[in-house]
Amino acid sequence: MTDHRYPLRLGDDALIAAQRLSWWCTRAPQLEEDVALANVALDLLGQARALLAHAGDLEGAGRTEDDLAFLRGDREFGNAQLVELPEADFAHAVAKLLFFGTYQELLHTALASCADPVLAALGGKFAKESAYHVDHATQWTLRLGDGTSESRRRMQDAVDALWPYTHELFAEDPLWTAAAADGTGVDPAALLPDWTRYVTAVLARATLVRPEGDWRPGGGRRGLHTEAFGPLLAEMQALHRAHPGARW
Amino acid sequence: MNSTAPAPDWPLWEVFVRARRGLAHLHAGSLHAPDAAMALRNARDLYTRRSEGVSLWVVPAEAVFAFDPDEHGALLDPAADKDYRLPGHFELPEGVRHL
Repeated sequence: MTDHRYPLRLGDDALIAAQRLSWWCTRAPQLEEDVALANVALDLLGQARALLAHAGDLEGAGRTEDDLAFLRGDREFGNAQLVELPEADFAHAVAKLLFFGTYQELLHTALASCADPVLAALGGKFAKESAYHVDHATQWTLRLGDGTSESRRRMQDAVDALWPYTHELFAEDPLWTAAAADGTGVDPAALLPDWTRYVTAVLARATLVRPEGDWRPGGGRRGLHTEAFGPLLAEMQALHRAHPGARW
Repeated sequence: MNSTAPAPDWPLWEVFVRARRGLAHLHAGSLHAPDAAMALRNARDLYTRRSEGVSLWVVPAEAVFAFDPDEHGALLDPAADKDYRLPGHFELPEGVRHL
């Protein structure tokens, strides 16, 4: 039996990534890119909905996807800090999508053969979406990194700023260990070699420098979040909290 | 007078979509993209998200040549007085069903 906190945490990653990325609606550098980023954000939101609904079913306490998304406090969210970080410019959005999307593609591909039939079906569906996200991020990383001196500087800044937060995606955690042990989930540590290989190759092709250093911020999995998380959550939850059960 | 020139825009691309096998690619619209690879990806997002096509072409808009609209009258209007160009004088034989 799958621990309901497992899909809940994966859903939190997708939900907060979707909320952060949707900020770009009407703000992307071109209309075409606006549509592309909104597509990615909608994919992520769809993933979050399915995962939170599954978590609610497994929990058996009658909580719906909306209850889980809109009525939990910040300490109850288990998303990695990477996805909640503000995106200072377009390069930050691209770097985050490259790092997080590559992690998600490997995760979803592995989930497709896990022992939880719902998660396995979702993994198969999401893997295709993630592959598109990775492709989009890769194309932009190459163009910005191997572009003008200004675009290269910004892309390198974004990679440097976000890189330390990627460690948390693969960090050891009791929930991952338990899910991997009974086959209902994936230990992300097993994904790290493929992730590193792909991301390193893209950065190299983009003439970017892969950051070194051993600063490993973390805590998101335990509900400890960055300063930017509170305002993000407040904006995401305001409507539902002011008008419980409101429908379009 | 505005002394600052607008920032250079991405080039324009024309998008052609083939709805299904056996049909020709049809012009679907246009979009902006920095290069052909991104133009194809943008075209996928803008024109084929709902399974509208099995194949996509993008062509630089500057590679498409057309007559000057002012000359359309002389060049493109049908010559209505030259009725020998129109197949209106043939009588259909009895019993021919597939002409």
